[in-house]
Amino acid sequence: MALWVTFWGTRGSIPVSLDCASVRDKLASAIVSASGKGLDTQEKARAWVDTELDFAVSHTFGGNSACVQLDAGENEYVLCDLGSGVRAFGNHVFGRDGPSKKNTFHVFQSHVHWDHIMGFPFFGPAYVSGNKIRIYGCHTNIEEALRRQQAPPSFPVPFESLSASIEFVTLQPGRSYDIAGWSVTARLQNHSGDSYGYRFVRDGRIVVYSTDSEHRLDIPDEVEGAAAFFADADLVIFDAMYSLAEAVSVKEDWGHSSNVVAVELCQLANAKHLVLFHHEPANNDERIAQIWRETLRYEEISRTGQPLRVSAAYDGMEIEL
Amino acid sequence: MHVSQERYADALVLTPVGRIDNSTTDGLRSDLGIHVATCLKGSDRLILDFSKVDYISSVGLRVLMLAAKKVREQEGVIVVAALQPVVREIFEISRFNLVFQCFGTVREALGKVSAAALAAYDSAPT
Repeated sequence: MALWVTFWGTRGSIPVSLDCASVRDKLASAIVSASGKGLDTQEKARAWVDTELDFAVSHTFGGNSACVQLDAGENEYVLCDLGSGVRAFGNHVFGRDGPSKKNTFHVFQSHVHWDHIMGFPFFGPAYVSGNKIRIYGCHTNIEEALRRQQAPPSFPVPFESLSASIEFVTLQPGRSYDIAGWSVTARLQNHSGDSYGYRFVRDGRIVVYSTDSEHRLDIPDEVEGAAAFFADADLVIFDAMYSLAEAVSVKEDWGHSSNVVAVELCQLANAKHLVLFHHEPANNDERIAQIWRETLRYEEISRTGQPLRVSAAYDGMEIEL
Repeated sequence: MHVSQERYADALVLTPVGRIDNSTTDGLRSDLGIHVATCLKGSDRLILDFSKVDYISSVGLRVLMLAAKKVREQEGVIVVAALQPVVREIFEISRFNLVFQCFGTVREALGKVSAAALAAYDSAPT
């Protein structure tokens, strides 16, 4: 059975969007690159854009905050986090299923910092009677956080007005749960107010969602624990918000990791595919693409075993496991 | 990890040898720590000669960051010299090239931090 992971929001801290200057720069770069290519039809132009133009010019990594979908082709939906990306996911569900189909959503919360919950008031299916939303997490204040962000004067529609059936389920870290066909285990991570990573296993395939975590590779117990949690994963979604220099200096204890630590930890854990996630909002597309290329190179330099595939997440990205 | 040292007037050149990773970082930390503690304003300048280092992991870089922070607090001087191409790439990828002043050669670094040290280096028997 095919398993898919879809990224609806990949940005860290706060949503961002392309500004006028960035669009203008992309257009100018594309026009210069297209010079002399004979792209005189839409078809030729699209094919060239898809195959020849740099991703950072032809596309955007996007700006929605964290929301990732795990899709095993079941009727029930599985998500990680309710960042602003969940709005686009909700619209996708309406488009696919229509507004009248009743659905069940299983949501695993890494934590309740604003960027990870801010999409929920805009999640259309929450307003549809008959839908069921089960929100799982190791924090005991998830319900409080979701209710508070919709309380006056912050939002016009109170949480109590949502028509879907919404249930909160507290998980224990380190314990395995069978939920929506997945075996799910949470692990405590180093982040202000704590965060939790999730290891999902299904049909022999493993996805690890580890965002908002400051991994410390100089602490042996932390290395051992994280490597065991990531072990043999087919996909690791990893908070690589900062450069290593930032993460161990001015932004130490800010609760995020780097691309360098991501590679080292995945190599140690014998993971197969690393996805850089929770992109720094100050970074534009070109910068994120540069970080991705540098990460590919660091993987080559530090490799001692099998190659590790490295991707940079973007809003709308789909990965088949 | 072996770290050799050579003095040139008021500069100390520290030369680690080999691969700096989880298994060798403790040695670097202790050797470096001794010299960092005395790297004060107006005292010995430290040159980290990386000509014999062929890899440095994030843990090794963290040791360097702690050293840089400490020296900065003490208003001392610590710089890096003679990075091999791969290690230079690692410095760039990790942005440690923005943390340390990096020089192409030990001589160049000495020339930047101390005229007396450069003179001592140039007059030393090769």
